[in-house]
Amino acid sequence: MSFISYRFRHLAAASLLALAVPALSPSVPSFVSPALAADTPARGGTMNIIVQPEPPMLQLGLNQQGPTQTVAGKIYQGLLTYDEKLDPLPSLAKSWTVSEDGLTYTFKLHENVKWHDGKPFTSKDVIFSTTKFLPEVHSRARANFARCESITAPDDNTVVFKLKEPFPAFIRAFEVASAPIIPAHLYEGTDYRNNPANATPIGTGPFKLKEWVKGSYIHLVRNEDYYKPGLPYLDNIYFRVIPDAASRALALESGQVDQSQYNDIEPFDVARLKEVKSLNFTTKGYEFIAPVSWLEINHRVKPLDDKRFRQAIMYAIDREFIRDKIWFGLGKVASGPFNSSTKHFDSSIVPYAKNVDKAKALLDEMGLKPDAKGVRATVKLMPMPYGETWQRLGEYLKQSLKQVGINVVLESTDVAGWVQRVSNWDYEITTNFTYQYGDPALGVSRTYVSDNIRKGVMFSNTMGYSNPKVDELFTAAAKENDAAKRQAMYSEVQKILVDDVPVVWLLEMQFPTFVSKKFNNVITTGVGVNESYDSVYLSKP
Amino acid sequence: MKTSSGFWVAYARNKGAVFGLAIVAVVVLMALFSGVVFPESPWEMVNAPFLPPMSDGALLGTDTLGRDIAAGIAHGARMSLWIGLVSTGVALLIGVSLGAMAGFFGGVVDDAIMRFTELFQTIPNFVLAVVLVAIFTPSSTSIIAAIAIVSWPPLARLARGEFLSLRSREFVQAAITTGQSNLTIIVRQILPNSLSPIIVSASLMVATAILLESSLSFLGLGDPNQMSWGYMVGAARTVIRQAWWMSFFPGLAILLTVLSLNLIGEGLNDALNPKLARKGR
Repeated sequence: MSFISYRFRHLAAASLLALAVPALSPSVPSFVSPALAADTPARGGTMNIIVQPEPPMLQLGLNQQGPTQTVAGKIYQGLLTYDEKLDPLPSLAKSWTVSEDGLTYTFKLHENVKWHDGKPFTSKDVIFSTTKFLPEVHSRARANFARCESITAPDDNTVVFKLKEPFPAFIRAFEVASAPIIPAHLYEGTDYRNNPANATPIGTGPFKLKEWVKGSYIHLVRNEDYYKPGLPYLDNIYFRVIPDAASRALALESGQVDQSQYNDIEPFDVARLKEVKSLNFTTKGYEFIAPVSWLEINHRVKPLDDKRFRQAIMYAIDREFIRDKIWFGLGKVASGPFNSSTKHFDSSIVPYAKNVDKAKALLDEMGLKPDAKGVRATVKLMPMPYGETWQRLGEYLKQSLKQVGINVVLESTDVAGWVQRVSNWDYEITTNFTYQYGDPALGVSRTYVSDNIRKGVMFSNTMGYSNPKVDELFTAAAKENDAAKRQAMYSEVQKILVDDVPVVWLLEMQFPTFVSKKFNNVITTGVGVNESYDSVYLSKP
Repeated sequence: MKTSSGFWVAYARNKGAVFGLAIVAVVVLMALFSGVVFPESPWEMVNAPFLPPMSDGALLGTDTLGRDIAAGIAHGARMSLWIGLVSTGVALLIGVSLGAMAGFFGGVVDDAIMRFTELFQTIPNFVLAVVLVAIFTPSSTSIIAAIAIVSWPPLARLARGEFLSLRSREFVQAAITTGQSNLTIIVRQILPNSLSPIIVSASLMVATAILLESSLSFLGLGDPNQMSWGYMVGAARTVIRQAWWMSFFPGLAILLTVLSLNLIGEGLNDALNPKLARKGR
């Protein structure tokens, strides 16, 4: 640790020297509106970003952990990216059309795009990535591209996806981590997982990997041959590995790093850092992943199989308290299975509010009367072993369920044990959260449909929830081309799920992103910190 | 009666030991009457979160979820003392019986037991305790077992030393000649004469056990259904910059209790080894 921080201080000192002049000169007063103060973007500058934990590799096709995405999103690109409303924006594809019947997706690619090793990028690379590479190594991409009858390239700059049946969510399957485009000339015919090129990722993105000092930093430099003229602006991006949470907050506060994302900053530190004048704070840029947290309930255990019991849990807890006191204000109370920032969310659904009397009435109706100690039922809760915020949540739930007569026994576990037990259905209640990937067909239905009850698979329907009507609606909606009809089906499924309470939804989670005010155009889309950063620039002094 | 009052006089000569006894008495009272003074569960969120000390209804303030810190400390005393006493008892049982056998029988038995003891002594105490608790999932029982397992080796060595030296004394030889059984000799003849150093180190061991339990809870390896001081410090350390009192008071409780037990140990040492005490002063 001391070795790393020593080394880090050295580097920080060097970059501090480079910035000494701008730091000393008077900055633009904050009340001047950004439009007036905005300087014309100019080349140059170094951005320091926290990366935590250190990614195991940067080959985005093979590894999609959060930190890998943030770093490799600057190196690799997908065909599309998505704005805050999750509508598609051009990336490697400059334009696209979807046929009337929803079966044919035609992408026109940018011309003159080169890989970092100088080789030209063509539609061949897209074909290779989507028919060979990704289906073998990337489970989410495999499911999406398996829906294609054919993927063809009429010329070097056109790719045509022909679907077996309509799947409107398909347009949201091309984000950089969902379908990164991999260079065919380096991977075709090789053992993908053991290809030596994995250590030196070659992409089409605005930044190239220069150096990776394990345990310390990852250094990216500007791709001089980037296909957008004049871009990117930044010369360097350093991703700094800082394992200790307090050191991360301090590095951000002192200006040694310019950006933090996801869980880098603990919720309890957020309020303090929001007050730091040199930092901008936002929770935007996570619309594409749109996480929702919940209590995962094993429907195979009595009395958890009764929806009245699950509703009682919903009524017994105060989710505003959870947001305000446990997550320190980060998040939104979830009204149901769909994150409100995703497509097809039905805003007419009213979230359950805390109501102890209703909870007790439901339990009474089930015939669960309190015994001498006031206990109606005993359940086991195994909080997710993802740090102490989740532990506090477990303690809170134990106390609030006690108020309605549900005795909770807390169980401890570690990450491996948790995954093992939950995926093999060996639990009663646990806490969990998943990403929704922009469309219910991509990230929501998997939790609730009965053909995804798969023992041993994490983030599947581990509850064992099964409702034929829900299955039917999710399947039909995924294929429905007509937006209004699709919405009607998704609205109906949301109503059914909210009544059934297959899981007890807690929060639409928000992650805090802090960015130094010196940098502009940083969080611009729904993909947020995983974007390419090709238009990020440093303010002039 | 005479010896007993002599013991108290010797003990009371050590002012620190008297102070320690007073503090421990308070802790014991807290543990005994926590259920009366704070009938609510210490996990109950009784008040607004983040209340500073001296607030209405929360003398020592509340924690991040609005739990009463005073209630937590009172109920935590129960947990700390329970773990301290029981794990020391178990450690005494293992350590003294193994040490006694090694010292009394000598030879191969001694060698075997001492090598076995060394096996435990080469592994760092705390690391072994963490591993044991992690493997057997945290609960009061697994914590007590883990602490006992890491604490007995010094007791075994101490008991062996005492037995080894007493074994060759005339009164033991006499007992052997009169045909007393080995067990009788160990329990009736040698053990009572080797008790004083064992009692002193046992009192120190209670303090160590409380510290170990606090450290385990601090790391999140405590029993999740039992309030304990270590847990309170561990849970509050993240907000120490916003709310010092959440970790300060339980930390103070640990400090005072452990210090007091150490002082008592010293006092006992003075009282039980009067010659040693006079030399020291």
